[in-house]
Amino acid sequence: MGDSQYSFSLTTFSPSGKLVQIEHALTAVGSGQTSLGIKASNGVVIATEKKLPSILVDEASVQKIQHLTPNIGVVYSGMGPDFRVLVRKSRKQAEQYNRLYKEPIPVTQLVRETATVMQEFTQSGGVRPFGVSLLVAGYDDKGPQLYQVDPSGSYFSWKASAMGKNVSNAKTFLEKRYTEDMELDDAIHTAILTLKEGFEGEISSKNIEIGKIGADKVFRVLTPAEIDDYLAEVE
Amino acid sequence: MQIFEYNGSAVVAMVGKNCFAIASDRRLGVQLQTIATDFQRISKIHDRVFIGLSGLATDVQTLYQRLVFRHKLYQLREERDMKPDTFASLVSAILYEKRFGPYLCQPVIAGLGEDDKPFICTMDSIGAKELAKDFVVSGTASESLYGACEAMYKPDMEAEELFETISQALLSSVDRDCLSGWGGHVYVVTPTEIKERILKGRMD
Repeated sequence: MGDSQYSFSLTTFSPSGKLVQIEHALTAVGSGQTSLGIKASNGVVIATEKKLPSILVDEASVQKIQHLTPNIGVVYSGMGPDFRVLVRKSRKQAEQYNRLYKEPIPVTQLVRETATVMQEFTQSGGVRPFGVSLLVAGYDDKGPQLYQVDPSGSYFSWKASAMGKNVSNAKTFLEKRYTEDMELDDAIHTAILTLKEGFEGEISSKNIEIGKIGADKVFRVLTPAEIDDYLAEVE
Repeated sequence: MQIFEYNGSAVVAMVGKNCFAIASDRRLGVQLQTIATDFQRISKIHDRVFIGLSGLATDVQTLYQRLVFRHKLYQLREERDMKPDTFASLVSAILYEKRFGPYLCQPVIAGLGEDDKPFICTMDSIGAKELAKDFVVSGTASESLYGACEAMYKPDMEAEELFETISQALLSSVDRDCLSGWGGHVYVVTPTEIKERILKGRMD
């Protein structure tokens, strides 16, 4: 990574034992648009705000929630271009696993490999850490799973989590609302209500994005029409 | 001198009712000279997956070591055993990596998959997989083995009958092949137990 003049790492320890670059990366994440995920008993939902810089932007062309495999989806908070690079790398790793074992990659393995990539960028020459935190939602033989991956490369499995600007309010709201036996549709309603909590302006199908995966093991991004239906149910 | 016939070998696997059997001969030769009569060609990857390797003995041993290495890492990372079809795909990929300087072995893979459904397959030395529902054969005695298995095999045999059938097929086939024989090594695997037996055949 990096050419020979930058073979030293830019991410170095401070005297207090912290990696300041990673702290700053987390700040970048913390000022990104809110995103959240909820694991239900029969599926997982992830959602994000989709605030565009101007009304002239064609919102249909912006896709913040992406597939990594047919049964694993991902959303982020932080820097969009960094997210694109990670999605590309993760998709490749998932496909390499599939080619070797002719089996779809388990969610935990894909999360671990993505996290390893992010960690490498904190310990290599001439590169900076990624300015995104990811929420990975998948459904495999172990059931529904939700993982958060941070710029440092650490990952955690969550029942429900939020990231970005409104993280503390969103997490408090989720802590109150979350129940173990929640079903996928309830989880989608809760996700919408959580987004609404810190939303500036009017929430609509044009400025949020929702992705879900159920027991059918197919990850799908909801169409604006479907989001409108859920929004109507929530009102 | 054919390199695949340098050491001599015979491996066969058969499918039964919720069980499978895998058998091999025990001779290790250097062309016409027999140097060992207890050579291990079949190895356990885990309780439900076995691999038998025929062909050049050094590659048999090396390939086995590489596969055990990969499986152990897989077990540690994924906290589970490999399914037999996944293992077969892995073996095929490893063999193809050496496409232009191959391992001179032909593997026979046998295992119990999900719901205890038996799985067998064989492949050539560069990883072309061949799945079968009844039996697969490999080694210098393969032509005789094909004939014997075709005649003796019937579907849905229980473990004991399967053992008898595969043993008879193996012993009669290696008797027609000067490079394999000196006894037989048979594993019969059911969901609950693994039975390993040594056969005494014509020692010549």
